[in-house]
Amino acid sequence: MDFLFATILKIALVMGLVLLAVAYLTWLERKVIGDIQVRYGPSRVGRFGLLQPIADGIKLMFKEDIVPANADRLIFLLAPAISIIPALIVFAVIPFGPSFVITDVNVGLLYVFAVTSLGVYGIVLAGWGSNSKYALLGGLRSSAQMVSYELSLGLSVIGVVMMAGSLSLVDIVEAQKGSWYGILPRWNVIPQFLGFVIFLLSSNAELNRAPFDLPEAETELVAGFHTEYSSMKFAMFFMAEYANMIAASAMATTLFLGGWQGPLLPPVIWFLLKVFCFLFLFMWLRATLPRFRYDQLMGFGWKVLLPAALVNVMLTAAVLLIFA
Amino acid sequence: MEWVLFLIFGLVAAAAAVGMVLQRSPIYSALCLILALFAQGGLYILLHAELIAAVHIFVYAGAIMVLFLFVIMLLDLRPEDRSPVRTNPVGVSVGLILAGLLLAELALGVGPHIALGPRGVYDFETVRAVGNTQAVGRILFREYLIPFELTSVILLAAMVGAMVLAKRKLE
Repeated sequence: MDFLFATILKIALVMGLVLLAVAYLTWLERKVIGDIQVRYGPSRVGRFGLLQPIADGIKLMFKEDIVPANADRLIFLLAPAISIIPALIVFAVIPFGPSFVITDVNVGLLYVFAVTSLGVYGIVLAGWGSNSKYALLGGLRSSAQMVSYELSLGLSVIGVVMMAGSLSLVDIVEAQKGSWYGILPRWNVIPQFLGFVIFLLSSNAELNRAPFDLPEAETELVAGFHTEYSSMKFAMFFMAEYANMIAASAMATTLFLGGWQGPLLPPVIWFLLKVFCFLFLFMWLRATLPRFRYDQLMGFGWKVLLPAALVNVMLTAAVLLIFA
Repeated sequence: MEWVLFLIFGLVAAAAAVGMVLQRSPIYSALCLILALFAQGGLYILLHAELIAAVHIFVYAGAIMVLFLFVIMLLDLRPEDRSPVRTNPVGVSVGLILAGLLLAELALGVGPHIALGPRGVYDFETVRAVGNTQAVGRILFREYLIPFELTSVILLAAMVGAMVLAKRKLE
């Protein structure tokens, strides 16, 4: 009974934190991008616009909920739920601290990939169920893009798995303990730099964020897969996007930046700091880079990232074979 | 507890499989298939085959079914475009005979003489001791290395063949 209670408490804590972070990420993103583009960003609701997410939430809840004529009602309703659930259940295996993980699964990394690969259904079904050409085009683009970049995403972490000898995320973090020559932390980002870059680029593409936001490309597709959505259903797609962003940052931290490892500060603080750096990086990229063209996106994924990921796997295997 | 979970996953898998065949809209059929694959993943977890469960969901539900949906959506089959269901007496009788045979086999399998396969080296305790992933890897890359490599070559050949067929002109 104690075990069950502790687990439920952990789940409630993590979910609460993630949802709060999602709300305030929208505020932070608008502030950061505003700053980069020499604007103010939200500043009217509360001090520094801090109450803006709450005002947005209230507004979205009271908006009219429109279902387009001839839309497939069941799929139209299911799609936002299908996109947000995988985004949230990823956090079940992410280690926030040495003993702060909801459950340490022995195939944790595969679990994360299996669950995140389901998020695409939300987008595809939203596109199809809306009965609108822009939404359908967005959904089709998204399925092609996600499947293409999932390959290099999966291959980019093979090096990390080979070095740790385990698929459990806790073991992967433990394997990055200590330092080289007393100064360089033993984080995977140094020996696996190529893998790290491939992981960052492909997870950015998996998140459907600029410069890879082809599924919702405003200039050509109105708003892509969520064109027909309004009210809280619309908001759920955004909650899913931001939750996925946190999950991707947490995965990058766990796999390449040593997770909770770090001197002086408590482990959880280290973990959150590293996650925050990645979140900032994602916002920075969005504010700086223009969107890819569709053929560039596919060419980049298949002809640059995938071969590079394969080279990384071969190199890591060769080095491990010779030196270990 | 495990019994209840087995019952839930099993029933969902069976119901989704039946739903897949009975649905008129191809999109709903594909969704039913995804649900069936999920329930099957749950059954694997109950058998303590975590690696197989994760790979099953990752590969089938996460990748292959996405492509299925992609193709169905590209063809854009609406219910009115599809031909009405015709019942062919030959097809119905063959189907019934097959179903009868399968039921008979099932009855024999779970009946008084339960058919058990030969017991392998890798029972539950051994697998737990070496680790799930490690056990699968060891079998795959030691005992079945050549069949495994041959399978990958065959898959590669199929992939190249599909590309050659799909491309009208080869430069």
